[in-house]
Amino acid sequence: MYSLSLHFFYPWIYLKKRIFTFCTIETGQFFSSGHTNNWAVLVCTSRFWFNYRHVANTLSVYRSVKRLGIPDSHIVLMLADDMACNYRNPKPATVFSHKNMELNVYGDDVEVDYRGYEVTVENFLRVLTGRLPPSTPRSKRLLSDDRSNILIYLTGHGGNGFLKFQDSEEISNMELADAFEQMWQKRRYNELLFIIDTCQGASMYERFYSPNLMALASSQVGEDSLSHQPDLAIGVHLMDKYTFYLLEFLEEVHPASQANMNDLFKVCPQSQCVSTPGHRTDLFQRNPGSVLITDFFGSVRKVEITKDTINLTSSVKPPIQSIAEHHVLQFVADVSSQNPKQKDWHPPDGFILGLWTLILLVFFQTYGIKHLKHIF
Amino acid sequence: CMTPAKDQFQEELVIRPLHSGDIYASFQFRTLWDTDFLQEGQKKVSHYRLFPKSLGQVLSKFSVQELHISFTQGFWRTMQWGQPFIPSPPGAELWVWFHHTVSDVDGNWKELTNVLSGIFCASLNFIDMTNTVQPSASFKPLGLGNATDHRFLRYATLPREIVCTENLTPWKKLLPCGSKAGLAVLMKSEKLFHSSFHSQAVHIRPICQDEQCTSKAWELRQTLNVVFDHYTSGQGKKEWSLFKMFSRTLTEACPLASSSKVYVDITDNPELFELSPATPLLSQAVVLGDRRTYSVYDLTRAETFGQLRSFNLLLRWKGDNMLRPLLHAERYVAGFGLQTGEIHTVIYNNHPYRAFPVLLMDSVPWYLQLYIHTLTVTSKSRDNKPSYIHYQPAKDRHRPHLLEMLIQLPPHSMTEVTVQFERALLKWTEYTPDPNHGFYVGSSVISALVPSMVAMSTNFTQDQPLFSSFVPVKEESSYFVRVYTEPLLVNLPTPDFSMPYNVICLTCTVVAVGYGSFYNLLTRTFQVDEPSPPLAKRLANFIRRIRGVPLLA
Repeated sequence: MYSLSLHFFYPWIYLKKRIFTFCTIETGQFFSSGHTNNWAVLVCTSRFWFNYRHVANTLSVYRSVKRLGIPDSHIVLMLADDMACNYRNPKPATVFSHKNMELNVYGDDVEVDYRGYEVTVENFLRVLTGRLPPSTPRSKRLLSDDRSNILIYLTGHGGNGFLKFQDSEEISNMELADAFEQMWQKRRYNELLFIIDTCQGASMYERFYSPNLMALASSQVGEDSLSHQPDLAIGVHLMDKYTFYLLEFLEEVHPASQANMNDLFKVCPQSQCVSTPGHRTDLFQRNPGSVLITDFFGSVRKVEITKDTINLTSSVKPPIQSIAEHHVLQFVADVSSQNPKQKDWHPPDGFILGLWTLILLVFFQTYGIKHLKHIF
Repeated sequence: CMTPAKDQFQEELVIRPLHSGDIYASFQFRTLWDTDFLQEGQKKVSHYRLFPKSLGQVLSKFSVQELHISFTQGFWRTMQWGQPFIPSPPGAELWVWFHHTVSDVDGNWKELTNVLSGIFCASLNFIDMTNTVQPSASFKPLGLGNATDHRFLRYATLPREIVCTENLTPWKKLLPCGSKAGLAVLMKSEKLFHSSFHSQAVHIRPICQDEQCTSKAWELRQTLNVVFDHYTSGQGKKEWSLFKMFSRTLTEACPLASSSKVYVDITDNPELFELSPATPLLSQAVVLGDRRTYSVYDLTRAETFGQLRSFNLLLRWKGDNMLRPLLHAERYVAGFGLQTGEIHTVIYNNHPYRAFPVLLMDSVPWYLQLYIHTLTVTSKSRDNKPSYIHYQPAKDRHRPHLLEMLIQLPPHSMTEVTVQFERALLKWTEYTPDPNHGFYVGSSVISALVPSMVAMSTNFTQDQPLFSSFVPVKEESSYFVRVYTEPLLVNLPTPDFSMPYNVICLTCTVVAVGYGSFYNLLTRTFQVDEPSPPLAKRLANFIRRIRGVPLLA
């Protein structure tokens, strides 16, 4: 009797549970991307007039990011030198990205937070980790939280494992990886997209070990990133190839666009860029194909109009969500506990070999070749 | 419920053609507010209408009595352009009078510079104790101020500071109408920065509302002075229009403004001067010791804009009337080499028969070590002893030199002030990333009450044009003038920063090769060696060794 009644009631309970889980799945999809605000840290690290293109690179990303919705209060823009009002600029208060002065990326409404001598490795790391002196104004702080998606763009001159700041100091890839780990420990980001446009840019992201990081670089280790085109009236190269094609790609993106990261990885193939752009997604949880460009470059608020009531205070966790959470926590634990891999031994490069050859040649010229047998 | 305090906004543009063919445009935006930021015991100010909230909060948090900040690109050429309405030195200049209730002025100053660097997007956070001075006499309060204790005054300049659109953008956002309506629509950065001189400033001070000073009000003046060059922007013709200068015309006054006027200086060449559209409104004002006539265009009246609802001014003049400024100064570094040098400041008094005193203030960074015993002041090749000297020596890496002198200038003369200095060697971390550019020394400030040819009016009228009411006039026979000299660019002895690496490589190579050879010569002995035996004999010797039998030869 008891079991009969249970069987009778069972379909009802099953149906109710289904409706219940259906409503909660809707809320799950409502907040599926995980971030609620967007920040951008755009840094140009080069000084002097002939590095005009690095400032133009940074300003073109600034322009795209502002156009797609991130406000000035959420952008930390660092320019190491002033090109627009430089006395050598034949058109003051402008920075062009296309030759024949087609596009002025400086514009009329620009707010530079760190400029000139303030762009140092120390200030950059302080902005990322949040360790700024108490009197620093809000516009110079990165006030992100654990639901922020941050875009970090660096450009300048770099090498294998380092990026040069203002021709006087460098930041190494290990320092950058440690800074991102500090950000992760303090939960200062939800997901982070790191783009770098320098020579041998891929070396800067090979040391990352914190979760939820995706990185793009304009060239592999051993390759140089090249500049795009000079403008004969201004007299300098205006942009770098990778950022030029990145700007062209971003000009097509609008706030409602569904373009995803796989399209971004295809920007500037080797036929256009001469160098091979690289990317790294192993630390990123989501599939890059499901990550929208506007998740990082824009500030898109998700608004869905609905007439149904959605219960947000339910204590029953639907099974699908809890499995997903479990996977997330496991993944994070795995990634966090990984030790940074040992640096491979590379044979000594040209300069050291040449120096030793010089020493040995001088020695053996003095004493004669017969002493070679004492060595071998 | 309290009635909100009364506030009022006025805007004005003055256009003055210069004799060299350049044109000088001066914008002034003034907000007057009947409130007190520094009142004790009453509720804090919380409702802002025309006065920008960011500045109001700064004033009340740091107990600021007066604040003057300016950003300038270019140098004002007094001999060619005359005197500006509001002078400013190249770079950034900030001077602040704090309220007498402040206990830690230095702490407030440091925080204030950081907050202002965020508001104006400038590197004002580089202002610290090594470039701040407390002038004793040169910078008296321009508004109401019974504070004569100069311990509450701080002055600093950053001669290297660049001004660009990123400083103009937040400055424009402080205006009540922004850059959407009124005179501020003319401020397009591409034209404003393509000029010989560009200066934007913010001046905040408390003033009296009436003659008897029964009520106080806070005044915020935002000024923008720009001089357009005859050749680069003017195409070589003495013909200017608003559209040519700013690439915009005016379409309406700011709706929040109680008065919005354009003044054009038509004193020079009344018959050789062409101005259109013509206006019957004329106004005379005594400014900078001279009586000038101005054509006035009132933008709050609809008929100014005419049929096309757009106002464009056209000026054409042919004459060449040179106005000679009475007070003029220049400064340069003399000497050779990277060890010593000499700073020369030359002050010219062009008045034909009147002598007057000037107050010269010099603030020199600590790395130029001044030898004050070599200070000489000569006028007409005779020693001229200053009647008041205030000197504060520098402390390495702590504070700069401050030298203030009151010098009497004889009529129609040139006075030269010279002082020798020695250049210091900085620690290698103190050099900027581009040390071969040089190090800047801020402009000298010369403040004086210059005798006026025309009687200045000391009457207090509310509807005086803004450009003539900036500096309070105390007496009729003289007017206050501040002249800034050029900043200096001095090279300090700079190490070659790539040398340590080169030196290490070369030294190590030399030491390795030299020591290795020397060691071998001393410790190696040479002996005749038998050629190694053939393989068969070696094998035989090996077997003999095993057997214990003596070896072959």
